[in-house]
Amino acid sequence: MSSAQQSMQQPDSPTTRMILVLTGIAMLSGFLVVLVAQLTAPVIAENQRIAIEKAVVKVIPGATTHKEFYLEDGKLVTEKQNQDSDSIYAGYNAEGKLLGVAAKAAAQGYAGMIYLLYGYEPSCECIRGIKVLKMAETPGLGDKIITDNNFQANFDALDAKVDIANRSLANEIVTVKAGTRQHDWEIDAISGATISSVAVGKALNESAQRLMPQVLTQLHVLEQSEVIHDAN
Amino acid sequence: MTQINKNKDAITWETFSEGLWVNNPVFVMLLGMCPVLAVTNSAINALAMGLATMFVLLASTILVSLLSDFIPKQVRIATYIIIIATFVTIIDYVIQAISLDLYNALGAFIQLIVANCMILGRAEAFSSKNKPLKSIVNALGMGIGFTFALLCLGVVREVLGAGAIFGIDLFGENFQPWVVMILPPGGFLVLGGWLLLFDWIKQRQAKDEEQEGRANVA
Repeated sequence: MSSAQQSMQQPDSPTTRMILVLTGIAMLSGFLVVLVAQLTAPVIAENQRIAIEKAVVKVIPGATTHKEFYLEDGKLVTEKQNQDSDSIYAGYNAEGKLLGVAAKAAAQGYAGMIYLLYGYEPSCECIRGIKVLKMAETPGLGDKIITDNNFQANFDALDAKVDIANRSLANEIVTVKAGTRQHDWEIDAISGATISSVAVGKALNESAQRLMPQVLTQLHVLEQSEVIHDAN
Repeated sequence: MTQINKNKDAITWETFSEGLWVNNPVFVMLLGMCPVLAVTNSAINALAMGLATMFVLLASTILVSLLSDFIPKQVRIATYIIIIATFVTIIDYVIQAISLDLYNALGAFIQLIVANCMILGRAEAFSSKNKPLKSIVNALGMGIGFTFALLCLGVVREVLGAGAIFGIDLFGENFQPWVVMILPPGGFLVLGGWLLLFDWIKQRQAKDEEQEGRANVA
């Protein structure tokens, strides 16, 4: 302590000066970063909400608004309790009728993770559309999972029926070689972008197996909230 | 920089234009190649990256030149890095707030501005030795030069590789894009092309001046 006080009296001592300057600048930068983070946080959150809304409306045909739910211990709730619970987005049409639910899926692609949002329609128990939220696939090859219309057509009504025991899907969603699709639960791969196509199938299968059996038992929660929606 | 300025602090056209042409950070000094090659696969990405880098360069230049008298020599690099990292984090938040799509497109390369040696190089070689105003003028020139260079690459790569410019289709349906141009190898090819062009222009200028010199002597 005493030596520190001594050196405080001699500001020219190189070590003290170094520490003072570094501390001062670190504090200044800490202040600046926190300030900007605080200022931009609401805008960033709003941007993310808009991005989700756009995606939900795209993957659930006919939907115009959405509401976010969280899946916790097999129940859908509107307030998030657990940090890593899954988000389920319910999509409603203009009259407030529940059209479908959207959920996130992710799998390792060719270059990093592919993050997807897919729309699930409970009436046909099928996937009605996907939207890539984030990916780093090769432009011109892997990014055909977004641009290729034939590939997107796989998800017009991709079978994802839940089995009788209501534990998993009746048929695993799999990606098959380009042009060899035979069943409704198969995805035709894009030739030249097989790894990315397979990743999409894997992501959907993993997420739908885990989430949809739970969501289907909870549909009344989503529909009830639609009644509240109407009352408003 | 042919004339020797008697007044060291004088702000001349050269202070500004150094970064534009004579010492263009990309085409002459070959600094900061990582973002140059990585994010110039479209014109809009190149422009955003250039502007983000310019912001960090300007802001850190102001702080470094203001504080340079207080910073002990031994810790100057560490201090510059802290200052640069601060502004990189700030621009990272700002881009997220402006557009999530752009943020996703630029990916990790915004954070990697920290490691752009052009910015550290300017802090060390110019801002720490010159008055704030002069440093700002110089940094502005460097930033514009860097953005210009990125745009040069971005525009060529997007036109060849995607048949578009700033996302606007140029050639219609029948155009078969030269995909390799928006892939990493395309970055090297286009950069090589630009370097060739700039070197050729420079050599021709030098030759012209030489001939003029001879003519004057005769």
